[in-house]
Amino acid sequence: MPEISPFVPAALPKTPTGIDGLDEITAGGLPQGRPTLVCGSAGCGKTLLAVEFLVRGAQQFDEPGVLLTFEETAAELAANVASLGFDLPHLQAAGRLRLDYVHLDRAEVREAGAYDLDGLFIRLGHAIDAIGARRVVLDTLEALFAGFTDEAILRAELRRLFRWLKDRGVTTVITAERGEGSLTRQGLEEYVSDCVILLDNRVIDQITTRRLRIVKYRGSAHGTNEYPYLIGEEGISVLPVTSLRLEHPASDEIISSGVPGLDALFARRGWYRGSSTLVTGTAGTAKTTLAAAFALEACRRGERCLFFAFEESPAQLLRNLRAVGLDLAPYVTQGLLRLDASRPTLNGLERHLVTLQRAIRQFRPQAVVIDPISNLIAVGSLSEVRSMLTRMIDFLKVQGISALFTALLHARAGQVEQTEEGISSLIDTWLVVRDLEDRGERRRGLSILKARGLAHSTQTRELRLTERGIELLDTVLAASGSLTI
Amino acid sequence: MDPTIAPLPGTAHEFCLYVAGATPNSTRALRNIKEICEQYLAGRYVLRIIDMQQEPQLAQQEQIIAAPTLVRRQPLPPRRLVGDLSNRATVLAVLELDPPPLPATLLP
Repeated sequence: MPEISPFVPAALPKTPTGIDGLDEITAGGLPQGRPTLVCGSAGCGKTLLAVEFLVRGAQQFDEPGVLLTFEETAAELAANVASLGFDLPHLQAAGRLRLDYVHLDRAEVREAGAYDLDGLFIRLGHAIDAIGARRVVLDTLEALFAGFTDEAILRAELRRLFRWLKDRGVTTVITAERGEGSLTRQGLEEYVSDCVILLDNRVIDQITTRRLRIVKYRGSAHGTNEYPYLIGEEGISVLPVTSLRLEHPASDEIISSGVPGLDALFARRGWYRGSSTLVTGTAGTAKTTLAAAFALEACRRGERCLFFAFEESPAQLLRNLRAVGLDLAPYVTQGLLRLDASRPTLNGLERHLVTLQRAIRQFRPQAVVIDPISNLIAVGSLSEVRSMLTRMIDFLKVQGISALFTALLHARAGQVEQTEEGISSLIDTWLVVRDLEDRGERRRGLSILKARGLAHSTQTRELRLTERGIELLDTVLAASGSLTI
Repeated sequence: MDPTIAPLPGTAHEFCLYVAGATPNSTRALRNIKEICEQYLAGRYVLRIIDMQQEPQLAQQEQIIAAPTLVRRQPLPPRRLVGDLSNRATVLAVLELDPPPLPATLLP
């Protein structure tokens, strides 16, 4: 009896788009040699996604592309995407890209008898052959329906067009306008069965958020969620959770917190490199100072540190920290420390995340401080903040960056639980600073709420700000015993 | 396919017929337009036939999508017709040609 060999599924060949994040959620890109439909309402970036697919293909993957545009002339299109750093005329001159504007005007053409769209096929074929194109974009094919009246002919020709594109083996992106109750206005999804991507533009609390979803992808696993995406200065960024499988490396190296008294609370005198630390506390509990000590210590080790300040300007921050013996200015001059100050409410959450990631990619720090992350809650709902932080922390972990976040807690009850629910699972080390009222004196108490993989003291120490920095004194016990958070 | 009919002095009409090879549609279109020209414009027209498969760049230049496409260049304004031109009434209306004369047998 012949042995039955185990079934090994052949991997579907894919064409990487080169678009930030999109290749991750499609597990490698668009189906190679097949058409993909990108649909969405007006202004959600369909054309841009399609153009970026061509530009990245020509620049990064040595795949020339043809763009057949029905709505904008080649010059208009080139001007529109120039602000995103896409130099279409240059790519055209280099023979990496070919633009053909198809002008359609029903008023100029009358139909008198049977016809087909061979002219379109010939133009497309000519453009593909001229530069050896591997990628094609049709933006937007539905304009044909405005140019011709005979729908039966059009539909037959569309079917023939998609068949023809597949036979040519070019990877095609077709854009289409979102329809009422259907994916596209003219039902193009009927002809494209391999991959359909839906773009969506919505306004929540006066902030526009864009979402991308893979509606279907025949023969391939793909992310099924709605992913936020942005149109930034360098094109489209889709924001997937970068490491869905928690495969980041774990360093065994211990780094100092920058506060000797705090290090002493850990059996190994500090926490792990590449771990995430959260400092929470009510107003005025020296969270920023703790964060600055951590940043300063990183710079002393000769590492680069990026400090995101969402509450104070760099000048004010430097002045205030100098008053407690933390002089960051020399490291700023040396270029080891970069202070990045902005108000998060100016941007939506996603844009914020992209801004942070971009700054981190540029500066390539070993340590990052975000002071505070709770400011972000002003921008989005807790679940949104949580999903953004998951992405942020994942992004940092994959790169082995040691991170410290601060979060403001209000004195009223419930806040800690909320934070706990929100981000505790993402955090490795959690420090809590709280106010201790003792016989008319307000003191600060610091304790370690959790520290993954580290033996640590469970006592509360008194935290004092001195001219020499932060000092931790031996255990304090409030006379009232009211050690409530 | 004969691409050109030599221009005659005093020509008033100039047509280009864009086809994609010798398909049934293009053959019919050619026959129809020749018939119309001979009937209404005998000796006063030029008809060029352009095979887009041979000259694809012309399809792009002239913004041709459908095949066959008839373009009237002269007289102005330019007119465009797509299809095999079997709908004679439409063709005559678009080209602004007079209604057909009655066949001789019906004349008194």
